[in-house]
Amino acid sequence: MNYQSNDKGYYGTFGGAFIPEMMQQNISQLQSCYLQIIESDSFKDEFKKLLSDYAGRPSPLYYSDRLSDRYQAHIYLKREDLNHTGSHKINNTIGQILLAKRLGKTRIIAETGAGQHGVATATVCARAGLECIVYMGAVDVARQSPNVEKMKMLGAEVRAVNSGSKTLKDATNEAIRDWINNPVDTHYIIGSVVGPHPYPDMVARFQSVISEEIRIQLKEKTGRETPDYVIACVGGGSNAAGAFYHFLDNPEVQLIAVEAGGKGVDTGESAATTQLGRPGILHGSRSLLMQTADGQVIEPYSISAGLDYPGIGPMHANLFLTKRGRFLSATDEEALKAALYLSQKEGIIPALESAHALAALEMIEFKPEDVVVVNVSGRGDKDMETFLKYFQSVK
Amino acid sequence: MENRITSLFKRKERNILSIYFTAGYPALKDTLTIIKELEKNGADLIEIGMPFSDPVADGPVIQHSSEIALENGMTINLLFEQLKEIRKTVSIPLILMGYLNPVMQYGVEEFCTKCHETGIDGTIIPDLPLEVYEEEYKAIFEKHLLSNIFLITPQTPEERIIKIDSLSTGFIYMVSSSSTTGVKESENNEQISYFERIQTMNLRSGRLIGFGISDKSSFLRACNYANGAIIGSAFVTGMAGDSKIEDKVSAFMQKFF
Repeated sequence: MNYQSNDKGYYGTFGGAFIPEMMQQNISQLQSCYLQIIESDSFKDEFKKLLSDYAGRPSPLYYSDRLSDRYQAHIYLKREDLNHTGSHKINNTIGQILLAKRLGKTRIIAETGAGQHGVATATVCARAGLECIVYMGAVDVARQSPNVEKMKMLGAEVRAVNSGSKTLKDATNEAIRDWINNPVDTHYIIGSVVGPHPYPDMVARFQSVISEEIRIQLKEKTGRETPDYVIACVGGGSNAAGAFYHFLDNPEVQLIAVEAGGKGVDTGESAATTQLGRPGILHGSRSLLMQTADGQVIEPYSISAGLDYPGIGPMHANLFLTKRGRFLSATDEEALKAALYLSQKEGIIPALESAHALAALEMIEFKPEDVVVVNVSGRGDKDMETFLKYFQSVK
Repeated sequence: MENRITSLFKRKERNILSIYFTAGYPALKDTLTIIKELEKNGADLIEIGMPFSDPVADGPVIQHSSEIALENGMTINLLFEQLKEIRKTVSIPLILMGYLNPVMQYGVEEFCTKCHETGIDGTIIPDLPLEVYEEEYKAIFEKHLLSNIFLITPQTPEERIIKIDSLSTGFIYMVSSSSTTGVKESENNEQISYFERIQTMNLRSGRLIGFGISDKSSFLRACNYANGAIIGSAFVTGMAGDSKIEDKVSAFMQKFF
């Protein structure tokens, strides 16, 4: 079984490029040249150098004594939270800014939910000297204000989006509209493995450094390259795509994707797309989508602004359909508890998104010899307000 | 019976006036009234918008009308219900315009069947790309005598325009500039050279220019370079306000004659 996309960007029946004619030229250009550019030696050298000297890679693979003890297995944390800008998002934005430069683009746009991708984009734009405009739902601007201030300090313009439900989905719509209105000078840095082909594959490739490093680090530490489990949270799914990438063809490695259950999958306030969605088209690709009976997109809910997306990347939809991936969901409450536990037992405050992956440790029966890697995709600084509110409420 | 779009372009070569409105806006029950009044007031062709929650090719005016229409309860099902007897009174060509996801959920085959039964002559589905249409849907559309209308933009390369021309059975929708709907365009040299470039291609299909056409002068200017033009956002804007819907339609249309 092949879990990668074909040359038209299809993962099984998911993916493709369902775009209006107004985007056709930019997308065709990317489709025809992205592989040639990102596989070239000069690109690879520059990318690798920036990942190490600028972003601080490789990120450590840390053996957690306390989690291993509690869950009775060998539990490793992939520390993407230690990257520059505080999450895995920087891997993709470094790759895409190098691509944009080679395409001769002078203006960068991006969408952001929690603001991590916005900050990572503003960061690479500052370094590259390119104009940067970040679209962010008005609701997210309010609940993630530290990241808004960071983007501004980095020289980006943050445009609050007031259309629709004023969150990530609408920020993405608005970024697409910007690109339609500025087709010549602008490159759109999509932050997840979503969007029309070639974005899902391109972003997955840039994020694949995560699993590339896990293999090497695990070999050094345990003598084996493959773990029994890789666990990652999924909104659109970029950190999971990166953490799974080099294990897709190792069927002995269980790939666990953890969606945001919100207040509970059946409460109507959830973002568990594989459980609540069905095939549909949004933002340029065919995938699983939360929608009404007549095809209107449903606004999802999660306490974590990075996971409340009504779709899921087409690669993940295919992993779900083929059962190569196992999809679980963690509620707000479960994620908050997991975040608190890691903070107090290991001294690591994880992002609320990553806390969903940690919460899944409670749901799996491990054997004592199992080697488990949890991708800690980001750090929790941006979520302090949410954490504090929760701790006050449970006191 | 010949497709009404084909007949229209045979009968009228210049100054074809096409009007877009969002079904379910301003009120759910306005659909039939708007269509009838448009025909009465001289529209040659009508594009009926099927609202979608995430209309990425549209500017603020049509986004807003779509949002209200959905709040009002518009669905494809209900729209077909409203249009059931439309051909007893209206004879100009009617086109359904909307995004692919709601059509897919309705079922493409069933959608086309229903269009044909209702007397719909064509469709505009901006996020249904040429290649996917050709591979997966062309046969179904043709079977139900539906013309699927494709867009071209100033960025569309010549060989792609030729391909679109060969696949078109209705007309080609020329997007006047690189933009979402409702962005007002002032005349500029770049735009005119695009219009002229297309004009000299001697395409077999008729052409209507849309996006940014808002009044009589921009309409007539566009008509110099194509068989006619499409007005969307400006008409939708004109439907707001408290007066009777009939009066709003005729007041808007009178500006063109």
